[in-house]
Amino acid sequence: MLRITTCIKQVPGTTKVEVDEETGVLKRDGIESKMNPYDLYALETALKIKEKNGAELRVISMGPPQASEVIKEAYMMGADDGLLLSDRKFAGADVLSTAYTLSQGIAAQGMPDLIICGKQTTDGDTAQVGPEIAEFLSIPHVANVIRIREIKAEAIVVDMDLPYAVETVEIAFPCLITVEKGIYQPRLPSFKLKKATQDRPIHQLCLKDFTDQNETRYGLKGSPTQVVRIFPPEANTERETWEGSGPELVGMIHDRLITEKFI
Amino acid sequence: MASIKIHQNNIKDRDGLLEVCPFNALEWEGEELVTNASCKMCKLCAKNGPEGVFEFKDDPVAVVDKSLWKGIAVYVDHDNGKIHPVTYELIGKAKEMAAKIDHPVYAVFMGAGITQKADEILAYGVDEVFVYDHEALTHFRIEPYTAVMEDFINRHKPTIVLVGGTTVGRSLAPRAAARFRTGLTADCTILDVQENTDLDQIRPAFGGNIMAHIQTPAHRPQFATVRYKIFSAPVCVDPTGVVTICDVEEQMLESRIRVLEVAPKQASTSIEDAEVIVVAGRGVKQEKDMELVQRLADLLGARLAATRPLIEAGWADPKTQIGLSGRTVKPKLIITCGVSGAVQFTAGMTNADLIMAINNDPGASIFDIAHIGIQGDLYDILPDLIEKIEATEENVCTTIPE
Repeated sequence: MLRITTCIKQVPGTTKVEVDEETGVLKRDGIESKMNPYDLYALETALKIKEKNGAELRVISMGPPQASEVIKEAYMMGADDGLLLSDRKFAGADVLSTAYTLSQGIAAQGMPDLIICGKQTTDGDTAQVGPEIAEFLSIPHVANVIRIREIKAEAIVVDMDLPYAVETVEIAFPCLITVEKGIYQPRLPSFKLKKATQDRPIHQLCLKDFTDQNETRYGLKGSPTQVVRIFPPEANTERETWEGSGPELVGMIHDRLITEKFI
Repeated sequence: MASIKIHQNNIKDRDGLLEVCPFNALEWEGEELVTNASCKMCKLCAKNGPEGVFEFKDDPVAVVDKSLWKGIAVYVDHDNGKIHPVTYELIGKAKEMAAKIDHPVYAVFMGAGITQKADEILAYGVDEVFVYDHEALTHFRIEPYTAVMEDFINRHKPTIVLVGGTTVGRSLAPRAAARFRTGLTADCTILDVQENTDLDQIRPAFGGNIMAHIQTPAHRPQFATVRYKIFSAPVCVDPTGVVTICDVEEQMLESRIRVLEVAPKQASTSIEDAEVIVVAGRGVKQEKDMELVQRLADLLGARLAATRPLIEAGWADPKTQIGLSGRTVKPKLIITCGVSGAVQFTAGMTNADLIMAINNDPGASIFDIAHIGIQGDLYDILPDLIEKIEATEENVCTTIPE
C-alpha cells in the first residue's frame, strides 16, 4: 500500500501580531493556535489519493507538546497516524534546522513513498521547508502542484504551475510535492471521526530517537540564520492629504494625472 | 552555542516565574524549572526574570573563513532564454553591494541553447557570466539544476547568492541552500552588506505585520530570494565582463523527474507587468459597480486589480489579487478605490512609484502609505473623473473607434 506522509504545523490563529517596541519580541498573549491553512490543502490532497488509490496516511509535525492539537485535527479529517517531534533541543529552529529535524523524523519511521507539504505557512511565509526536506532525504521534489493526474505503481504524475505554462511531470517514488492552495477544497473535521479517534495515540519522538543525534544540527544551534531584531513595518511619512467636495477632488486628481503624464 | 541556563538554587519565589516567558516555554519538571520546545532564545527571561535565575549563555560558534568566499552571484531566471527582469533587478542590487566590499558580480545562467543570450546579461554590468548550456537542462528539473548550482558554488565560492522569488527560484534556492547547510532568507525586501561580507536581510513575516532583520553570520554562501519588482534594474553600460562556458558533466544530469508535457498558458495579462493599476476594494458596494472601476482603468490604460474580500466574493479574477496571498506589484501609478489598506494588501504594493488612495474613512490605514490620500467617496469621485478624462481624451484624440 502507498505510504503518504503529510507535514503540518500549528500556527498562531491570526497574523495580526504586534511587536513590543522595547523588547523587540512578539506579543503573543491570548492568541489562539490553529493548523496552518495551507496544510489543509496538503492533507486534503493526501486524503483524495487515499480514497481513490488506497494509502496509509501519516501526519508529522514539529513543535511544543500542545502542537499535538493539529495532529488530532488531522485524525478528525481522516489521517491514520500522527507523529510529533518535540524536544527542547529543537527550539529556535530556522528553515534549515526545521527541515533537517522533520527529515530525521520522517526517516525514523521508514521512508514513505510520497511526502506532501503545503505551499508555505502563514507565520513564517517562506515556502522553503518542503524543498529542504526533500534535499535532506535525497529525493526529488516538485513545488507548485495544482493537480494530481495519476498515481502509478512507481511514480506520481502531477501538473506544476509555472508563470507561462503548466508542466505535466512524472516523479518517481519516493518523492515530495508541495501543493498550491485550491488544489482541492479541504474537508471539515468530522464529528464521527472525532469520536472514533479520540483515544488514538500520537507518537512522540525526541532527539534521542533520531539516527543523527548531533545536537549542533538542531534548534537554534543548527540554524545558520539568526534574527538580529524584529520591528513593526514603517508607515510612509511623506504624503499629501486631499480633502474637499467631490468636484474639487475630481479636479485635483485630473490635474495631477495630467502633470504625471498618465493622461 | 546559545542556551538558557537556569540556576535552580537562586529561585526564591516560584510564583509568577512561568509568566516571565511570553512563549510559555518555561515549565516545572518536578521541582526543577526547565525550558521546553517553545523556547525562542529571546533572552526575555534573562532580562525580565528575577536576578540570578536565568542566564543566557552564548557559546562561540564555528565560523567559516569568510575571506575564502568572494563574489556576489545572481541566478539568471529565464523561460527558454527569455530572461526574467527580476534577474536584472538582482544584478542592480548585487552591483551596489559588490562596490562596497570590492567583490565581483557573477551571473549563473543554466538552460538549453542559451549561450548567445549571455551577452544581454553583460550589458547590465556583470563581471562574469557562467553559462551551463545543455540539452538536458531544457526544462527545470530540480536535481540537475541543483547540481549545476552546486558545481558553480564549489568552483567559485561566492559569498552571496541572490535568486529571484519566482516559481523556479523558490524551489531551487532552498534546495541548494540545504545542500550547503547554509542559511536562506526568503522574500527579502531590503538587502545590504557589511564590511565583513555579512548580508543584512530584512523581510516581512506574519503576513507582513512584522519585519525581521536576519543575518547568516557563520555560514557561506548566504542565500537570499527577492521577489520581482522589489529592487530596480541598473542602467545599461558598455560591457566589460566576460562569458565563461562551463562543462556540464553527465552525473549532474541524473533526475527522477520526467517532463511529459508543457502546455503554454494564454498571453500574460498579469497585473505584475502593468505600469498603471486601479484597485477595487471593499468600498465597492455591489458587483455591478466594478464596471465603474474598470472604466477608469481602461481610460488610463491600466489593469484592474482587487483586494482579497472582492476576490473571495467572486467579483474579480483571483489572478488580479494584490497582497501577500496574491501578487506583488510595482507599477508607476496605483489608484486604490475604497481600499482600507490592511497590511496583507499593502505589502504587495508599497513599492509603487505613486500611490493615490481614495477612501471616505479619514482613519483608513491606506492613508499611512499613500503618497496622495484623497478623503472622499469613490461614488462621488469616479463617475465625474471618468467623464472628465473622457472629455480630455476626446480633445486629444480626434478619431474615436466605431
